[in-house]
Amino acid sequence: MQSLLMKIMISSFLLVGWSLPAWALDGDAQRGEAAAAVCSACHQADGSGQNIPDGESWPRLAGMNADYLYKQVKDFQAGTRVNASMQPFAQMLTDQQLRDVAVYYSQLPVTPAAGGETASEEDLAWGEKLATRGDWERYIVPCSSCHGPGNQGAGQHFPGIAGQHAGYLAQQLRAWQNGDRDNDPQHLMAAIAERMNERDIQAVSAWLAQQPAN
Amino acid sequence: MFRKITQPLGAVVLVSLLALPVKAEDQPLRFPVEIPGPQPGQLVHTPPTMEDLEASNLHPELKRTIRRGYDLFMNTQQLRGENVFNDMNCKSCHMGEGRLPFAAPVWRAAVVLPNFRPKNQHVNNLEERIAGCFSFSMNGTPPEYGSDNMVALAAYHRWLARGVPIYQLGNYYGRGYPIDEPEEEPSYTRGEALYEENCAICHASDGSGLRVDGQAHFPAVWGDLSYNWGAGIIRRFTLAGFIRNNMPLGQPYSMSVQESWDIAEYINSHERPQDPRYTGDVGETRERYYETFHRHGYYGTEQQGQLLGDHDNVGEKDFLRPWNLRPRTYE
Ligand code: HEC
Ligand code: HEC
Ligand code: HEC
Ligand code: HEC
Repeated sequence: MQSLLMKIMISSFLLVGWSLPAWALDGDAQRGEAAAAVCSACHQADGSGQNIPDGESWPRLAGMNADYLYKQVKDFQAGTRVNASMQPFAQMLTDQQLRDVAVYYSQLPVTPAAGGETASEEDLAWGEKLATRGDWERYIVPCSSCHGPGNQGAGQHFPGIAGQHAGYLAQQLRAWQNGDRDNDPQHLMAAIAERMNERDIQAVSAWLAQQPAN
Repeated sequence: MFRKITQPLGAVVLVSLLALPVKAEDQPLRFPVEIPGPQPGQLVHTPPTMEDLEASNLHPELKRTIRRGYDLFMNTQQLRGENVFNDMNCKSCHMGEGRLPFAAPVWRAAVVLPNFRPKNQHVNNLEERIAGCFSFSMNGTPPEYGSDNMVALAAYHRWLARGVPIYQLGNYYGRGYPIDEPEEEPSYTRGEALYEENCAICHASDGSGLRVDGQAHFPAVWGDLSYNWGAGIIRRFTLAGFIRNNMPLGQPYSMSVQESWDIAEYINSHERPQDPRYTGDVGETRERYYETFHRHGYYGTEQQGQLLGDHDNVGEKDFLRPWNLRPRTYE
C-alpha cells in the first residue's frame, strides 16, 4: 500500500525532472533509516559493511536493489537463508520495517569495496575471465550473463556483485557449495557455484571487489 | 570408435567436457551437466580458444581480425540499428562463444561450405551463411560481403575450425540442436506452466526478455525484439532442441524431451516480426516456403484463435527484405 505522502513525493520528483525511483518496493526510506539503527553495528551507518579477512565479512548493502535486499531479509526471517549473525536481526523487524530498510539502503550511495588486494596479476586475470567470459569447458557460465553488464546487477533477481567485498563474495560461493545457502530461485546460482574450485572463488571474488559497483 | 580430427588438444579438452566435474571431496554434483558423447563414426572437434589464438604464431594482423570477429560475435549489439534490429547477439543462440556442442557450433560452416542449402535453393559460402542469420535471427541486414566486419566474422568462424580437414561432409559431433521426438503431442497449456516456472525469471512472462539501462540483457523469445518468422529456430524441432540442450541458462538437459517440446509449443504460438520473404500474403508465403521451411513451424496457421504472421510488422527495422535474399542463377 502506497501512502498518499509517497505518491506526492513521487510526483514531485517527476515534476522537478528526476527519473523514476529505482525501486518498486513499497517502503519508506525515512522510516527505514530509523529501523536500520540496529543494523549499523555490522553493516555500518553508511551501509558499507566491512571486509573482514579470515573472519565473517559483512556485505555492503548501500546501493543494492531494494527488492533483492527485501527478499534476502525475508529469507533470513523465514529460515530459508541461514546465518547466525544475521538471523536474530532479521527477526527483530516487522514486514513493513523490512521493506523500509530495504528501500533505505538501496538509496544510499555506493561505498568502496575491500579484499583481494594481495591477489596476483594472474589470479586477477583468471577472475576477470570467469566474471566476463566464464569457463564453458566446465559449464561455468560467465557471471555477467546473469548478473548484468559489468556484473552491476540485472533487475530484482540478479544482484550486483561488482564492488562487493571480496570476503563476502567468497563466503557466499562457499556457502552455496556446502549447501548452507540454498535460497536462490531455480538453483540458478547453486548450479554455477558447485562447479567452481577454491582458486576460482578467490580469483573471481578478488577481481569483482575491485570493479565499480555502478 | 569415433574419429578424432584434432589431436591431441581436441581429445583432451573433450574429455573434460564430458567427464563431469566433481567437487574436491568427490561428492556428486547436484546439478551435473550431462552433455551426450559422440556416436560411432562421428567427427569430433574441439575448437581452439581465444587464449590459444594469443599463443599461436599467426600474423598479428590476422589475430587482430579474428579478435574483431570474436567481439562482433559476442557483442553483435554494437551493430544495432545498422545490421541488427532486435535484442540478439550471435552468442544468444550459438552459446559458449560459438564453440559448445549442441549449441549449433559455428565452425562447421567453415569446413562444409560452399554447399547447396535447401532453405534458399542454391550454393552458399560461409559469408552468405552468416548473412542468413543476420537476415532472420537478428531480424536485420548483413554487413556487405567482403566488408571489414564480414571478413572479421568469417575469420573467427574459420579460426574455430582450426585443424579440421575441409569438405569432410560427414556426421559432425555436436552439430545443431538435436532432440528426440516427444512421446505425447506437445501441449501449449503444459508449456505455459513450464515456461512460467523455468524461463520467465529471465525472459519475462510476456517474452520480451530483460533490458538493463536500455541495453539488451536477457534476449526476447517472442515479440518485436526477437528473431523473425523466417529464422531457423521457429521450427518446432529446432526450438525444442535448443531448449533441451541449452536452457535454463546453466542447467542444460534439466528439461525433459517432452518438457522441451511443450515449452517450444508455447513460445512458437506467439507473434514475432514478419518473415523477410513475405509476399504480402501470409498463406501464399507459407505455401511458397512450405516444403523447405514453414511446414516445421506455425507461421500462417491459427494458434490460440489467432492467424500467426498475418501482419506487416517488421519489428524495429524500416524495411522488409534485406539485400542478400536473392537467387543465384549464374545467368
Ligand atoms: C551482527 C552483525 C549483523 C547485524 C547487526 C546485521 N547483519 Fe545483516 N548480515 C550480516 C552478515 C554476516 C551477513 C552475511 C550473511 C551470510 O553470510 O549469509 C548479512 C547479510 C545481510 C543481507 C543480505 C545481503 C546480500 O547481499 O545478500 C541483508 C539484506 C542484511 N544483512 C540486512 C540487515 C538488516 C536490515 C539488519 C538490521 C535489521 C542487519 N542486516 C543486521 C551481519 C549482520
Ligand atoms: C544462471 C544465472 C547466474 C550465473 C551465471 C551466476 N549467478 Fe550469481 N546469482 C544468481 C542469482 C539468481 C543470485 C541471487 C540469489 C538469491 O536471490 O538469493 C545470485 C547471487 C550471487 C551472489 C550473492 C550476492 C549477494 O549479495 O549475496 C554471489 C556472490 C554470486 N551470485 C556470484 C556469482 C559469480 C562469481 C558468478 C560467476 C562465476 C555468478 N554468480 C554467476 C544467478 C547467477
Ligand atoms: C535466434 C537464434 C540465432 C541467432 C541469434 C544466430 N543464429 Fe546462427 N543459427 C541459428 C540456427 C537455428 C542455425 C541452424 C542450426 C542447425 O543446423 O540446426 C544456425 C546456424 C548458423 C551457422 C551454420 C552452422 C552449421 O552447423 O552449419 C552459422 C555459421 C551461423 N548460424 C552463424 C551465426 C552468426 C554469425 C550469428 C550472428 C550474426 C548468428 N548465427 C546468430 C540460430 C541463430
Ligand atoms: C538465468 C536466466 C535464464 C533462464 C532461467 C532461461 N534463459 Fe534462455 N537465455 C538466457 C540467456 C542469457 C540467453 C542468451 C545466451 C547467452 O547469452 O549465453 C538465452 C537464450 C535463449 C534463447 C535463444 C535466444 C532467444 O531469445 O530466443 C531461447 C529460445 C531461450 N533462451 C529459451 C529459454 C527457455 C525456454 C527457458 C526455460 C526453460 C530459458 N530460456 C531459461 C537466460 C536464461
